[in-house]
Amino acid sequence: MYDGGRIITGLIIALALFLFPFYWDAGFASKAPEIELTPKAKEAKVCVLEKDFMRTNHMKLLDQWRHQVVRDAERYYTTEDGRVFYKSLQVTCMDCHSNKTKFCDQCHNYMDVVPYCWDCHIAPEETSNVNE
Amino acid sequence: MNRREFIKIAGLAGLAGLGGKAAFELLLPGQVEAGIKDLPLTQGKKWGMVIDMTKMNDEIMDVCVKACHTIHNVPNMIDEEKPESERWEIKWLWKETYEHSFPGQEHEYVADKYHQRNFLILCNHCTSPPCCRACPTKATWKRVKDGVVMMDPHRCIGCRFCMAACPFGARSFNWANPRMVMQDEKLKKLNPGFPFNKDYPTRTKGVVEKCNFCAERLAKGQYPACVEAANEIMPNAMVFGDLDDAKSEIRKALKENYTIRRKPELGTGPNLYYII
Repeated sequence: MYDGGRIITGLIIALALFLFPFYWDAGFASKAPEIELTPKAKEAKVCVLEKDFMRTNHMKLLDQWRHQVVRDAERYYTTEDGRVFYKSLQVTCMDCHSNKTKFCDQCHNYMDVVPYCWDCHIAPEETSNVNE
Repeated sequence: MNRREFIKIAGLAGLAGLGGKAAFELLLPGQVEAGIKDLPLTQGKKWGMVIDMTKMNDEIMDVCVKACHTIHNVPNMIDEEKPESERWEIKWLWKETYEHSFPGQEHEYVADKYHQRNFLILCNHCTSPPCCRACPTKATWKRVKDGVVMMDPHRCIGCRFCMAACPFGARSFNWANPRMVMQDEKLKKLNPGFPFNKDYPTRTKGVVEKCNFCAERLAKGQYPACVEAANEIMPNAMVFGDLDDAKSEIRKALKENYTIRRKPELGTGPNLYYII
C-alpha cells in the first residue's frame, strides 16, 4: 500500500472524530423525566386504560378519538369497567392532567417529539400550586 | 317537541353544562351516554334552519353573531388602521345586505323594508355541497348521519378550493394565527379574554373554517348557539330542526310560511330558509 502510514493515521483520526461525541457524553446520560401526577389524577388511580398502555400508546388512542369524534360523531368512550368519558383532549384529558408542563412537555422534550396539539387546542392554565 | 322531550333536553343539557364529567360521575355508568342518545337533538337525519326575518333586527343578529363567535373562539381581526390586505376577516355567522344575501332577487324597486336591512347569513349546510366535492383531502365532508357539512381542521391543507367552490362565501381562511390577537395590542382590546371558550379549540394559520351547525352542542342535545341566543330575545326568531321529520317544528314553520333560500338556482340545495 502506497502511503499506508498516512492513510491509516487519517482513518484513525477520522474514527476518533466520529466516536468523540459518544466518548464525550459517556456516563452523563440525562435522566428520563419522572411524570408528575396532579392530586386529581392520583386520586382517580386509573386512566381510561391501563397505565402502561397509556404510556406507550396514548398518541394512538388520541388519534383514534380524534377520528371518531370529528369524523364519526362518536363522542363518548366507555371503558371496560363501564366508566363513560367525553372524548376530548382539551376537556377530559387535561381536566385530570392539568399540569401540562410536567405531564406532557417534560417527556416530549426529552424524546424530542413536537406534537402540534397545542397549536389549536388550549392548554390548561397552570398555577404554581397545581402540584400542592 | 312535546312536554316530555322538552324536560329531557332541559335536564340533560343542564347537567352537561354543569361541568361535563363531574356531572357524569354522579350518574350510573352508561346512563348519561344512553340518555344523550335518546335526545331529539341527537336524532336528526337532516338538520335545517328557518330564520324568521320578520322577527329579527340588527341587535338580535349582533347577539347571535357574538354568541357564535364567543363559543367557537372566532376572533375579530379587523383593525381599521391597518391596510386592507392585513385585515383578516374570519366569520361563521354574519350580517349581509339584501343584494348580497339574495343576488338575482334584487332590482331597483325592491321595497325599502327588504332593501335597507341586513340578513343573518351562515353556512347553508347544502344537500349537495360543492365545497365537499372540491376538497382534495376530505377535510370537509357532508356527515351522512345528520347532514351537517363538517370541517376537520386537522386534515385541512389550506388549498382554499372549498372557498372557491362555495357560492355563499360561508368559509374563511386563517391568513394568520388567530392567537396573534393575544399579542397585538390593538387586537387584544377588540378581543378581551381570547380564547373566549376554554373548552373549544382555536384554529391555526393556514386552515379554512366555517359554521359547523354547532355539532359539538348537538352531540350534547343542545340547540345551536345562535338559535338559543336569538330565541331568548325573540321566541321563534330561528327554528332549528329535522327536515326529515314531518312533525318537527321546522317543517311546521315551513308549512305555514312562505320561505326563500339563497341562490337555489345553483342546485346546491341550501338547508337554510328565510321568512321575509
